[in-house]
Amino acid sequence: MDDMQKIILEYVTREYLEDDSQTINPDTPLISGGIVDSFSMVSLKRFLENKYGISIPDDKATPEAFDTVNKICTLVREFKK
Amino acid sequence: MSNIGSYDARVKGFDWSVSEQELGYKKGDVINIGWYCTDRICQLGKADKLALIWEGQGGKEKRYTFNDIRLATNTIGAFLKGLGIKPGDRVCLFLDKVPELYLGFLGILKIGAIVQPLFSAFGDESLHVRLDNAETTAMITQKKHVAKVRKILDKLPALKHIIVVDADAPQALKEREISFNLAQAAPVEHLDIHPTLAETPSVLHYTSGTTGMPKGVQHVHYSLISQYLTAKWVLDLKDDDIYWCTADPGWVTGTSYGIIGAWATGTTQCVLDLGFMAEAWYKFIAKHKVTVWYSAPTAIRSLMKAGEEIVKKHDHSSLRHLVSVGEPLNPEAVIWSEKVFGLAFHDSYWQTETGSIMISNYPGMKIKPGSMGKAFPGITAVVLDPDKYEPIAEPGRIGLIALEPGWPSMMRTYWKNEATYRNKFKNGWYLTGDRARIDNEGYFWFVGRDDDVINTGGHLVSPFEVESALLEHEAVAESAVVSKPDEINMEVVKAFVALKPGFAANPDTELAIMNFIRKKLSPLAMPQEIEFVDSLPKTRSGKIMRRVLHAKEWGQDIGDTSTLEND
Repeated sequence: MDDMQKIILEYVTREYLEDDSQTINPDTPLISGGIVDSFSMVSLKRFLENKYGISIPDDKATPEAFDTVNKICTLVREFKK
Repeated sequence: MSNIGSYDARVKGFDWSVSEQELGYKKGDVINIGWYCTDRICQLGKADKLALIWEGQGGKEKRYTFNDIRLATNTIGAFLKGLGIKPGDRVCLFLDKVPELYLGFLGILKIGAIVQPLFSAFGDESLHVRLDNAETTAMITQKKHVAKVRKILDKLPALKHIIVVDADAPQALKEREISFNLAQAAPVEHLDIHPTLAETPSVLHYTSGTTGMPKGVQHVHYSLISQYLTAKWVLDLKDDDIYWCTADPGWVTGTSYGIIGAWATGTTQCVLDLGFMAEAWYKFIAKHKVTVWYSAPTAIRSLMKAGEEIVKKHDHSSLRHLVSVGEPLNPEAVIWSEKVFGLAFHDSYWQTETGSIMISNYPGMKIKPGSMGKAFPGITAVVLDPDKYEPIAEPGRIGLIALEPGWPSMMRTYWKNEATYRNKFKNGWYLTGDRARIDNEGYFWFVGRDDDVINTGGHLVSPFEVESALLEHEAVAESAVVSKPDEINMEVVKAFVALKPGFAANPDTELAIMNFIRKKLSPLAMPQEIEFVDSLPKTRSGKIMRRVLHAKEWGQDIGDTSTLEND
């Protein structure tokens, strides 16, 4: 797991998981899995933008693009270029 | 031919007895929603008919016949009785859209207790306020939500039982927690159904108001009469339908039509317990051959945003009737659905307080895209002059949407808040708090709220509640909360915040405050934007003028500012 995966995974675990015993990995469905809903996606997007100094256009911040930590990393890297 | 047939013919000489007769109910009889949705359907010869097709993460699927749900609701009812739950006790459902939510709802009603559904994404403060107000005796929940309950348990002395439906092991449970696994419980063939009558309390749904804390909207078992008939005439549910109501039973649509309306009519319904994803929804419709679909404008707009290509990948030829509720359905959404599904979404309008659909577009009736439609037969709906509270006769003039009380599913009171309940009536009319105009053909056109309540994605959020919670954040000196326009959710929460000395107005502070509200109240209540200000507009008496901020967000005239402090 690279640094970005670790940071995002840790953030999602800390901020969005209610059950301490629940664990997630970079491929765990976040949106379809009900861990992050469409309203909460806004705060997750804000975290990514603050952390990586990027701006993610709304049309790219889709439930599909945010559904796993791995997909989020792909999105962040696209805008970090 | 639709169930309603001719709308105009149904309106003439309408009487709710048409519903009573179909349900075999006579005045003074026992009427128990739990029994009507399960045992009665079995007695009608449909015991082996599918009642529920449930699908969760990873394609996991469960199927229940009407006999299965009869037994399951008996089993849950018997378990609750065994814990000492009595008629009239409040039992909360704090669950995702798992089968136990749907079955628990009816099991609670069968024993005469009052069911209190709460949205499972509520934070601990939202949960505490509602459980405390209702003096809830028991809660049915999942292990993933137990941590939130444990945080507030000390402040809830009335809450005696926390029933966990998926506990890993009994030893993992703590104070007041008990495991109940429906799949492993011995099915209860016979349960003495509590002889509830028409006016026996049934459901307690909490809704937000412009001021004060959330109000518990109390319904009674007689609401079934409205919910059954509207499910037949508006949703047009028929014996061979596969029905999908996308609403969460934490909110009233999910109970009135995601449980009661569906099963009182003996309809097979589907539930998808997944977060919103366009592709998953389209697949679900195709896989289960959904015929009637009841959804919300926010979801429809999200589907529109996902594009038309994705629609074409799946077969939706099973669909025959589409209905929408929650917030105004914009004309573009109606036109879009006609284009991609060959069917128009029929908008419907009602509230937690009304218990059932009040104004709607009906099968077979001309749809005017963007209109709410016409009043349901038996419902007298008008727009009132906001000063005189008298019906406006001339078409096109904007007024307050008001309803003549007396339909079966009208709320009976706000829980322990009779004064607020009485304030909802003027000149004998029930005031909805919404504004509309009526055109010369009798169609209603939604204009907006008549108060500060924010309707985001079809759910009401109280600015007062968010402002109160914001003040509990260490950085916030004062705040004002208003709505701002949003392409998908119609409107979302925006907060104007003045910080205490020593706190910096930067993106990290903004994110910290957003997450604070999300966890304390709910994701719906979380400000989607925070604007840091030095001070807020106030009257000379020091009251924050929300309307000035609201007007700016919506590009409206800010109106009279003569009382503004700094003017």
